[in-house]
Amino acid sequence: MEEKEVLIKVENLSKKFCKDLKTSLWYGVKDLCSNIITNKNHDVNGVLRLKEFWAVKDINFELRRGECLGLIGHNGAGKSTLLKILNGLINPDEGKVTIKGRVCALIELGAGFNPILTGRENIYNNGAVLGFSRNEIDLKVEEIIDFAEVREFIDMPVQNYSSGMKVRLGFAVAAQMQPDVLIVDEVLAVGDLGFILKCFKKMDQLLPHTAVVFVSHSMPMIARVSNQILFMEKGEAAFQGKEVSKGINSYYSRFNSSDQNTMFDDGTVSLIKYSINKKNNATLQRGEDLNIELEMEFKEQNLNIPFIYIEFRDKEQRPIAAVFSEKMNIEFIDKKLIVSIKIPKVLFAQGVYTYDLSVSHHENKTPILRINNVDVFQIESETEMWVPFHLEADWQITGKPND
Amino acid sequence: MELKITVYQKTNNKRIGKLLRESFSDMYSSRFLAKQLAIRDIKAQYRQSFLGIIWAFITPLSTALVWIILSNSGTLSLTDTGVPYPVFVFSGTLLWSIVIDAINAPMLNTNGARGILSKINFPKEALILSGVYKLISNSLIKIVLLLFFLIVYKVGLHSSILLFPLAFLAIIFFGTTIGLFITPLGMLYNDVGKIVSLGLSFLMYATPVVYVIPKSGLLKTLMEINPLTPLLLTTRNLLFGQHIEYLAYYFGLLAACIPLFFIGLVFYRISIPIIVERMSA
Repeated sequence: MEEKEVLIKVENLSKKFCKDLKTSLWYGVKDLCSNIITNKNHDVNGVLRLKEFWAVKDINFELRRGECLGLIGHNGAGKSTLLKILNGLINPDEGKVTIKGRVCALIELGAGFNPILTGRENIYNNGAVLGFSRNEIDLKVEEIIDFAEVREFIDMPVQNYSSGMKVRLGFAVAAQMQPDVLIVDEVLAVGDLGFILKCFKKMDQLLPHTAVVFVSHSMPMIARVSNQILFMEKGEAAFQGKEVSKGINSYYSRFNSSDQNTMFDDGTVSLIKYSINKKNNATLQRGEDLNIELEMEFKEQNLNIPFIYIEFRDKEQRPIAAVFSEKMNIEFIDKKLIVSIKIPKVLFAQGVYTYDLSVSHHENKTPILRINNVDVFQIESETEMWVPFHLEADWQITGKPND
Repeated sequence: MELKITVYQKTNNKRIGKLLRESFSDMYSSRFLAKQLAIRDIKAQYRQSFLGIIWAFITPLSTALVWIILSNSGTLSLTDTGVPYPVFVFSGTLLWSIVIDAINAPMLNTNGARGILSKINFPKEALILSGVYKLISNSLIKIVLLLFFLIVYKVGLHSSILLFPLAFLAIIFFGTTIGLFITPLGMLYNDVGKIVSLGLSFLMYATPVVYVIPKSGLLKTLMEINPLTPLLLTTRNLLFGQHIEYLAYYFGLLAACIPLFFIGLVFYRISIPIIVERMSA
């Protein structure tokens, strides 16, 4: 297949920011002067002035029509700065960006809305800012109102809109553009599910004809639309490539929220020991058996065996699977209770998982003890997937002649 | 169809001519945007106000009133102005307020657009153009008021008044040129705006706004140097049908403004990304 044209080309892109406002403003004045007397300050490039740091450092990528780059990274990693450079709002300090075609940037939806004007008036303003002509807006205004689903309130001042409604209206206007390059910064998070699905549908329509740069903290969204990942850390590319799952996993691996949390404790039971395959922070292969061993101490003696519930979570803290105990009648002599749970052939995909423990009375389900993030374990596998389960399957694919 | 290629890099080693061409083509293509922005601001300005349009001329009128009272009560004795003093002072303060508005317009509009400047890439020249639109619309009411005074005080309408619209546009042109140079620094430091408004309030007394140029003395020299003097005097004299002094200075000033305006536009254009980078929003 013929490769499509490159729409975005980013070469050695770097940008400095200043940590101190006063200094920053002063540098601004200097930059103003040096920009007028061009061709000076060549030697200053690439050198940090006092109190400066690299907000974006040495970023390179190429994006063709029909491709989507998922830009991920922690807060303050330089994602938005990169987007602002791509959108031409600020100039890079080093390197070069070459963009072909019409750019549409959804950095903040509804920017420029005037709160005391009505929705309809703001459609015209926002449309004008985005580069539409009056005729174009006249033609599209009904479509925009329908897409945003705010017809009832379209002649009401925008200050009375909910934040979700504003975003809807902003997106509806922006969605009318037919860009060659689409830049999306975490803007869809405010809308409700119905709206997000609608946005995705719109993006899916645009994608084949567009090069998309998509920023989000929601990995499901990233995984859904991107076909390559740029993971930024402190302005630099920590991971870059077409293996989306690998990129997402490297993003997750930077978070260690593995602190044990006792959410509820009525004082009768305490967890003394826990292990997975005899270890803490165990690592096992996908398809191995998972053996959880818990040791609990009871402060009161005549207690029935409680109901034990274990819930597994993936790195995004999504509950993905659970096991719970059957009712058993065992008398225990000691004050201690040893619980071992064997889960055969665990099919979790590669990644880090945790589990929560909850202990409650069998009869009325009143809680006794609840601990989140009891233990962390890692599953290793040859294939990297970003979904939590890699199921076993028998495949049969046969050819069949045409009837 | 050939796609437009945009390049962003540090050393935008561009020729001033190319920048100027881009600036003008952006200004031309952003007519609708500029109009829309102007309509937005004018609507918003009046929708949230009961007195609405009165605010456009209340300040110059009240300044004029103070001077009329000072003069009538004999506290100040002023040289004869050739027209009834109230007309002289009203026309002076109204025209002066147009000058001030014109100088402040680019900065006010650019500052008001902070929210979109840091989020949407649009032709920034639209802000300048919308400022001009707003100036014209806000000044129209002042001009109507001025004509009203001319008739009430029996100064009458002279044929030279037909040239007044041109002189009015010249004021806007002059003010915008100055404003373009102030804006980039003013966006970075609040001090600039304050210094400008302070300076202008002093400058008013070195301009024949509320009194004529004295026959001799330091003030006469100052007033004759002050570039706002020919600007204001010529416009006012056209209104009153009086003899126009300082005509050479007036045309010289406007001629000097033409290259300055072009340089100002280019300066504005290259400074916006630097400002966006340094400002909050």
